[in-house]
Amino acid sequence: MQCQECGKRPATLHFTKIVGGEKTELHICESCAREKGELIPGAQSGFSIHNLLSGFMNFDPTGAGTELKQPAVRCDTCGMTYSQFSKIGRFGCSECYKHFSNRLDPLLKRVHGNTVHSGKVPKRAGGKVKVKREIDELKKHMQNRIEQEDFETAAKLRDRIKELEKEANGG
Amino acid sequence: MATRRYVKQALSQWMKADGPDSDVVLSSRVRLARNLRGCPFPMLAAPEQSEDVMDQLLSVAENGRLNGLGPLDLIRLSELTELEKQVLVEKHLISPNLANESRNGALILSQNEDVSVMINEEDHLRIQILRPGFQLREAWEIASKIDDVFEEQVDYAFDESRGYLTSCPTNVGTGIRASVMMHLPALVLTGQINRILSAVTQVGLAVRGIYGEGSEATGNLFQVSNQITLGQSEQEIIENLHQVARQIIEHEKAARMKLVAESRTRIEDRIRRSYGILSHAAIMDSKEAAQRLSDVRLGVHLGMLPQVNEQTLNELLVSTQPGFLQQAYGEPLHPDQRDMTRAELIRSRLAIS
Repeated sequence: MQCQECGKRPATLHFTKIVGGEKTELHICESCAREKGELIPGAQSGFSIHNLLSGFMNFDPTGAGTELKQPAVRCDTCGMTYSQFSKIGRFGCSECYKHFSNRLDPLLKRVHGNTVHSGKVPKRAGGKVKVKREIDELKKHMQNRIEQEDFETAAKLRDRIKELEKEANGG
Repeated sequence: MATRRYVKQALSQWMKADGPDSDVVLSSRVRLARNLRGCPFPMLAAPEQSEDVMDQLLSVAENGRLNGLGPLDLIRLSELTELEKQVLVEKHLISPNLANESRNGALILSQNEDVSVMINEEDHLRIQILRPGFQLREAWEIASKIDDVFEEQVDYAFDESRGYLTSCPTNVGTGIRASVMMHLPALVLTGQINRILSAVTQVGLAVRGIYGEGSEATGNLFQVSNQITLGQSEQEIIENLHQVARQIIEHEKAARMKLVAESRTRIEDRIRRSYGILSHAAIMDSKEAAQRLSDVRLGVHLGMLPQVNEQTLNELLVSTQPGFLQQAYGEPLHPDQRDMTRAELIRSRLAIS
């Protein structure tokens, strides 16, 4: 069998792709495959997570048709539009998250089952967030102590919360 | 040119250490995705912007901030040949994406190759830790420490509600991808694998082949990883994967015991045949090599092939890959020649051990 790309060398690599019952075969030689970057394992799949995501992103939570009436949503910082994002499945820059914010919840919900981060917070960039998290934790703890009628500990926790709140607002 | 140990030696130094549960788990991996504030993600960055990102991140290593990791290699992808890049992919030190698609891509690599920091991959920064055997928690701890060092020096794109912002929405939040590479021959042989793998995908985990997304599971090697990165803490994600992997390990071990108890001679025959063929064949394609090496690996762990060393098998896993074979041979090889070179290599390695 000859290579489908160059038609000169014998085909030594054979790919079969089945998408929705439709079968496509690709028979190519070594050097054409190298050119296409298909030799590197993992890189040869035409169907990536991004294709799958763009399926999710076309999901319109407000009902059919509203998409057309809205002006194009665009990230002011990098210029990417929401429709470009939904095709590529990747953001252009970190500001896209702000500009596309109200459309992201249904997407993130589908991918992660969640919309809000609850993991690690960086020391510098997230200084205030860290304090806020700590305050939330302490408030939960204080509530718990009050329910247990341990008012002495609850009072201590309240003082600590006040201190932290001052720090958060001042800093 | 320097020695470039990282493309000459198939077996990374870190793989030589003994890890827990190494009869089932080859390696554990954690990678963190991070981006810098104020610069478009690598896909959209202009060349001078991605160069600036590369310089900023490389300078963290150049300034000695990562000295705790020992001597480091700083490698610009543009310095490498295509074959050398492929070797690094085969050793799991860089991703196919960094090898093929990056602009101003770079790599910070520790001496024993357990830490590899990718620059200008899909995200500006990807910190990857590899550990032998089943050591997810340890890998996360090291990754987090390195993350802290970078965070002291550069401004991360972080949002209070979305967490660490990443190019792909599948990584946003913690930016963590944790995975374990498992050898599951007994679950495959006893036909239990599909049931177990489909159960795994129902608890928010993914199963892939040895080379990640889009790759086939060859040689009974499966990579199990978390899918969810947002809304759970890193500890919860690691713990969830740890618990599920622990169960798979126990199932695999039970299946091995059962195989030996019920059909010892048959399984021993299979293992010895594969060992015989690998020790004597003159032509060996990569698929057959993967399958037969899997049989031999099982034989080693069942105590049936005391003459074979597990290290040799780990080394062959990499050195029989197309890129590494050609790199070691010194020139591109025709697929037929490659199968002959591979057979020769395996013969010689199994003879020594």
